[in-house]
Amino acid sequence: MAIDPGRVPRFGHGSRVPGWDEAADLEKDPAPIPDPATTPVPEELRARIEEYMARYPDRRSAAIPALHAVQERYGWCSPEGIEQAACVMRLTPGYLTAVATFYDMLFTQPVGRHDVYVCTNISCSLRGADALFEAFHEHGGGDPEFNIRAFECLGACDIAPMVSIDGNYVGPLAPGEVPEVLDAVRRGEEPFPERQMANRKSTDPNAA
Amino acid sequence: MTKTLLLKGIDEPDLHTLEVYERGGGYQALRKALGMSREEVLHELEVSAIRGRGGAGFAMGKKISFLPKGQMDKYLVCNADESEPGTFKDRELLQKNPHMLIEGMLIAAYAGGITRAFIYIRGEYALQADRLEAALEEAKAAGYVGERVLGSDLSLTMWVHRGAGAYICGEETALLDSLEGKRGNPRLKPPFPANQGLYQGPTLINNVETLATAPTIIRMGGAEYAKLGTTGSTGTKLVSISGHVQRPGNYEIELGIPSREIIYGLAGGPPEGRSVKLWFPGGSSAPVLTGDDLDIPYDFDSLAKAGTMLGSGAIIVVDDSTPVVDVALKVAKFYRHESCGKCTPCREGTNWTVKMLERIDSGEATPMDLDIMAAVCTNIIGNCLCVLGDAMAMPIGSMIVKFRPEFEAHIEAARARNELATTEEAPPEALIQGAVA
Repeated sequence: MAIDPGRVPRFGHGSRVPGWDEAADLEKDPAPIPDPATTPVPEELRARIEEYMARYPDRRSAAIPALHAVQERYGWCSPEGIEQAACVMRLTPGYLTAVATFYDMLFTQPVGRHDVYVCTNISCSLRGADALFEAFHEHGGGDPEFNIRAFECLGACDIAPMVSIDGNYVGPLAPGEVPEVLDAVRRGEEPFPERQMANRKSTDPNAA
Repeated sequence: MTKTLLLKGIDEPDLHTLEVYERGGGYQALRKALGMSREEVLHELEVSAIRGRGGAGFAMGKKISFLPKGQMDKYLVCNADESEPGTFKDRELLQKNPHMLIEGMLIAAYAGGITRAFIYIRGEYALQADRLEAALEEAKAAGYVGERVLGSDLSLTMWVHRGAGAYICGEETALLDSLEGKRGNPRLKPPFPANQGLYQGPTLINNVETLATAPTIIRMGGAEYAKLGTTGSTGTKLVSISGHVQRPGNYEIELGIPSREIIYGLAGGPPEGRSVKLWFPGGSSAPVLTGDDLDIPYDFDSLAKAGTMLGSGAIIVVDDSTPVVDVALKVAKFYRHESCGKCTPCREGTNWTVKMLERIDSGEATPMDLDIMAAVCTNIIGNCLCVLGDAMAMPIGSMIVKFRPEFEAHIEAARARNELATTEEAPPEALIQGAVA
C-alpha cells in the first residue's frame, strides 16, 4: 500500500523525522522461538491459544485466532503479546508479526479502545459515506478512546451509509447524528437500537 | 413469480436457535440424505445443476465429484468471507439461519466423503460469527456434528474460523493460505483445491449460499429444483441490491427474470426524478451495464453474453447524479488497497490506475491517458495468480469503453478549472502547508 503522507512523522517545517523509514536493524539476528522458561504468558491467554491450536491439524492455523486473543487482551498486537503467542505456538515472533501486518483488523500500533469502522466503499459512498466519515473524524478524531477508520465494504450496503462500532453495525446514519452516536458509545450504551443490524427485518416481501 | 426457498420464514424470531429451526422442519433433509447412499446424494446435487453462488458460478455437484475417492482426510471449507463490495446476502443467512448452512455442509460432506470442515467467516461479521458458533455448539450437543452422525457412517468435525479483514481471503486459494495461518496470498493453480487444497489434502470450497441450498435440493429432489430458473442457471438466487435505489436489501429471485423487474419492481428503482446511469450486475468486479441494458434476463448465461457476469449476485445501481469518474476512482482505490502485492501486474496496475484517475479528476490528464489506462487493464487481465487485478480491470475498462465521452468531458472541465485558477494568484503558502499535513 502507498505510504499515507499524513502518517509520516514530520517536523513543523515539513521535513521528515529521522529514522521514520529505517528498516529493522540488519546487524541483529532474527528473534528465535521464545523460551518458555523466560517468557511468562498469562494463564488465560495460554489456555485460549492452546484451545485454538487443538482445532486444526496444523498448529499454525491458529495464528489469526491467537492474534485476535492477543489483541483482545492488550488492545493491540503489542510486541510482548506477539512474543507470548509465539511462545505458546512455538513459532518465531517474526512469523506472527508478518501475519498481523497483513490483515486490516489486527493492529501493530496502539489504537483506541473502541473500533469505529466507517464503510466508505462504493455503495455506501453513493449514499454519502464520505461525509459521514468526515463527521466521525471531526467529532471523534481527537479522542484517544476511538480508533476511527475508513473501512472497505463491510457487507451492509442495505443500511448505507453505515458504521461498525466494536462489531455492532448501525445505519443508515446522517453526519448530523454522529455526536449522538459517539456520546452513546462513551456512556457505554448502544446507539440507535432500532437501526442496528441485529434488529433488522428482511426487505423481501415474500420472505415472511 | 418469485419462489422463496432460502428466505422462507427468515424473520421468524429465534430462527437461529436449534429449537425453532427443528420446529420448522430443520435437519429433516439431513436425515433423508443419510438414508440414501453417498452416490445418490451426489447424484441429486448434480441433477439440480446448481451453480456456485460465490462468484465463479461453477457447478457444485461437479466440484464434489472432482474430489478423489478413497480413504483419506478430505476437507470442506465454507467460504463465508463475503467482502465483494455490494454483497451482503450471506450475512443475512449467517445471522438469521445458521443451522441451514450447517445442515447443508453436513449433506455436502456426506456426498463427498469429507471428514473435516471449516467455516471461514470474515472478521467484521462479529454478530454473525457469534450466532454461527452458538448454533454449531447446539448442533454438536444434539449429535448432528461429530462422530457417527445420527448413527450413520458420517463423521465430521467442524469449526468456525474468523478472518481478520482482507478481501483477498475470499479468493479460494488465498483463503486456504489464510486458514493455514499464513498471509492471505493466492496460490498458483493448478493444482486445484480439489486435489491439493487445505494442508495439501483434497478440499471442497463452496459459498455460504450454495451450501445453504443443499437441504432444499435434497428435500425437493434435484430434478424438481432444476425446473426452477433457466436451463443453464437453475434455482433461486439471493440478490443484494444497493446504491441509488429506494428499497435496498436482499431479495430472492428465480434466475432468468428481467433485470428491470429486480431494480424497479423489487427495489423501487432510483429516487424520484432520477434514472439509472450504470449498474454493476454482480458486485463491483463485474463490467458495468447501462440504463439501456435493463431488459437482460438476470442469469449466468445471459449476463455472460452481455459481456459481464452474475458474480455474487450483487446489483449496485448508480443514478445520473454521479459522475462516472468518481465511481471508477472508488472502485480502483478499493482494489489498490486490497491487492496482496504478490503479482506485479495487479500490484502496480491497480496503483497506476488510481493515479491516472486522480489526474483526470485534478485536471492534469489528457485523453491519451484513457488509452494508457485501457492498456494497463488489458495487461492485468489473465496475467496474475488470481483474479483480483482482473476484478478491477474489467469494470474500469468497461466504464472507459461505455462512458468515454464523459471521461473526456471530465478531463476538459477539470483542465479548464485549473487554467482559471492559475490566472489568479495562487498562494504558495498553501502548497507548503499541504505537504506538512
